[in-house]
Amino acid sequence: MSPTSRGKKGAKWALPLASLAAAAGLGMAGRLFPGFAYGRKAGDDLVRFLLEMASVLPAMFLLVGLFEVWVPRAVIERYAGRRSGAAAVPWMILLATLQAGPLYGAYPVAVSLWKKGCAPWNVFIYLGMFSALKIPLLTFEVSFLGWEFSLARTAVTIPVFTGLGIILAKLLPRDYIPPAVLSGNQER
Amino acid sequence: MIELWVFAAAAALASFVADPGKTRRAFRIGFRMIVGIAPFLLAVLSLVSLVMAALTPETLRTVIGGRGVGPFFAALGIGSVALIPGFVAFPLASVLRHYGASNATLAAFITSLLMVGVLTLPVEAKYFGWQTSLLRNALALGGALVVAGVMAMVLG
Repeated sequence: MSPTSRGKKGAKWALPLASLAAAAGLGMAGRLFPGFAYGRKAGDDLVRFLLEMASVLPAMFLLVGLFEVWVPRAVIERYAGRRSGAAAVPWMILLATLQAGPLYGAYPVAVSLWKKGCAPWNVFIYLGMFSALKIPLLTFEVSFLGWEFSLARTAVTIPVFTGLGIILAKLLPRDYIPPAVLSGNQER
Repeated sequence: MIELWVFAAAAALASFVADPGKTRRAFRIGFRMIVGIAPFLLAVLSLVSLVMAALTPETLRTVIGGRGVGPFFAALGIGSVALIPGFVAFPLASVLRHYGASNATLAAFITSLLMVGVLTLPVEAKYFGWQTSLLRNALALGGALVVAGVMAMVLG
């Protein structure tokens, strides 16, 4: 490894480690001094976020890897490609609602779909549905806010965010390709 | 969460039986993606927990509880910035309802919370670029307004 690449790697970890140390330090101070509620909450939030990340990301990325090597481009093009039409929307909803976890777990899936020939608007519809409608969350929503609220929100969200996905795809330049599709971060 | 792991493990096992070489490649792809995003995500989540710690349930109650335009836009704004997992957000919303928040306000809060992520914008931009990410979040904010407006008409 050359010194320059090691230097770059060090810079890559500097901010993460510094911010991690800050949040963890405040958390520990919050535990030591009961009056320091801010630190205690920062520490609790940090632990919760890290657990969430650790409980979702490895499985999610393994599935993305399997998706990349097994699913043929032709299948995605046929069901969600530029000529798939409205029939693709239920597929996007199904794919999105069956997954779990925070929105940042959906970005690599979205990029993978894009690479396999999924139409841009369908990628954005997938992202919209992923964040708003997840079956495990819906059961939670019904129990806390009632089925009328949940049903109304679902019924309004699907058309609104389908429309927004199409608008977003139309607003982007025709030759737009997400940076993550171009970079070597994910194998082509 | 357990379902996700069971599914991933079953898929990996089936894949390995069918083609060990391909499976190894899938693992390599997944591993490289995690290594690529992990430090960045770690930084964002640490900073987010510093910001979120300033936002206590008591603050939320005083700002979002109650009726009118003020709480509605406060809900929209806080929902856009905050990063709260769904299993915390819904119980929180039911508490806010208890403190007088209207259905429209709750819809604005939940929808912007789920769809708009100002604090996680840097992560999104890593995948989609800044222009697209800003545009998507701006549109999602508009969408949250529409969803809340329609829900106000339907549920009152």
